[in-house]
Amino acid sequence: MKDLVREFTKGIFKENPTFVLALGLCPTLAVSVTVANGIGMGLAATFVLLGSSVIISLVRNFIPGKIRIPCFIVIIATFVTITELCLKAYSPVLNRALGIYVPLIVVNCIVLGRAEAFACKNSVLSSLLDGLGMGVGFTIALIMISGIREFLGSGQILGHTLIKGFEPVFVFGMPSGALLVIGLLLGLFNVLKNMKS
Amino acid sequence: MKDEFIVSGSPHIHKKNSISRIMWAVVISTVPAGIAGIIIFGLDALWVTLSAVIAAVLTELILQVLTKKKITVLDGSAVITGILLAFNLPSNVPLWLPVIGAVFSIAVGKQIFGGIGQNIFNPALVGRVFLMASWPKYMTTFVKPFNYDAVTSATPLAALKEGKVLEHISYLDLFLGNRGGCIGETCILALLIGAAFLLIKGYITWHIPAVYIFTTAAFTYIFGGAQLFSGDWLFHILSGGLVLGAFFMATDYVATPLTIRGQLIFGLGCGLLTAVIRIWGGYPEGVSYAILMMNGATPFIDRYTKNRVYGTK
Repeated sequence: MKDLVREFTKGIFKENPTFVLALGLCPTLAVSVTVANGIGMGLAATFVLLGSSVIISLVRNFIPGKIRIPCFIVIIATFVTITELCLKAYSPVLNRALGIYVPLIVVNCIVLGRAEAFACKNSVLSSLLDGLGMGVGFTIALIMISGIREFLGSGQILGHTLIKGFEPVFVFGMPSGALLVIGLLLGLFNVLKNMKS
Repeated sequence: MKDEFIVSGSPHIHKKNSISRIMWAVVISTVPAGIAGIIIFGLDALWVTLSAVIAAVLTELILQVLTKKKITVLDGSAVITGILLAFNLPSNVPLWLPVIGAVFSIAVGKQIFGGIGQNIFNPALVGRVFLMASWPKYMTTFVKPFNYDAVTSATPLAALKEGKVLEHISYLDLFLGNRGGCIGETCILALLIGAAFLLIKGYITWHIPAVYIFTTAAFTYIFGGAQLFSGDWLFHILSGGLVLGAFFMATDYVATPLTIRGQLIFGLGCGLLTAVIRIWGGYPEGVSYAILMMNGATPFIDRYTKNRVYGTK
């Protein structure tokens, strides 16, 4: 039981995909302009991670080792297509905001990384928790980054203005601001990790 | 005891120079340009400079206390960062702008990398570029010289970029600083006095500034005009922040190459980038970006211009 809990929680802090493994930085940089986009991207990636981890873990004994990557991609692409069609149907605004980065979840290194490093070697239940934990960790990271960027870059959180008369720091709405925020948060995570050990 | 035989490792030749001595000398060398800025743009220039310096010093002090590092605030390096940052700002900015810029310069440009001697970019320019990207509105509104009630005017380079005809600005006006611009960059005469002081004291060498200015001049002469070889090179030297950048910021000890050969390459790169940005780029002025980019290239320049160790191939 304890092990299973650990499979879930490791993705949130100890092996946080963004801040510790530094995976999936491309969508992180691109969509973290607003918190709404961040949450949307995080949830979409979580769903794909969850689905692909479970399915890959189920079929792990049937996949020949030499062609495992194409097999993973097919499974992942299935879930990404489901996500994309659902987004298009139920939330066209979010779909437009996330743009090309939804189909690109197929090649997101977090999803492929978990498939290769975890799901194809572990039981269904632990793969499920691993995928869910990683997804939650990714979502939290996105919310942190996009929260800082949206607040500083436009003075708003989720579209609500917080401080009147605040002059937005434009640079945080730009890609350079994303790199800056991610770099500083990565450093902060390392400081916290060093303090713990 | 005097003639006791001392056995010690190298270096054997000692000078009285120390970090704080050199940094305070640089501070002194910026005084003429600062005074010129105050004369040209009024007391606003003084308040902007003071707030940048105070913010820089306090940020350094607070961060060094928080991270339990040695307190080196009195070595003058934070003071010079504050001054150079303020020199790169227009005089009519709201006072929170230099404060935020200085905090960013010291915190992100310097202390995050480990403090003095560790920064890969010139901290003052990091602050300036941050402000430029964040509040372009304030950073590109300049007041007219000798007109203390904030009549805005474009810098000569901005006017050139927009294709306006340059009227009644003589080379002498540019040389003495009678033009719109940042606090510390306009009066070339005052900058040269400060630079001469540093050169005579031997705190900077001529290599980077000379190559930098010469390359910019040559490049703007060739490509800056309507036809080839017809550019107004003297105008390009005297306007913008070229002289300030070449003597005071491209000669930063930490973020520039160590060897003479490396410094020549560094100056050449700065000059090329500045001219390219001025002639074809989106911004009217490219000195700060050019120096920062070459700061980034410094580790590679250093790697390929290592001096041959005697006795090796």
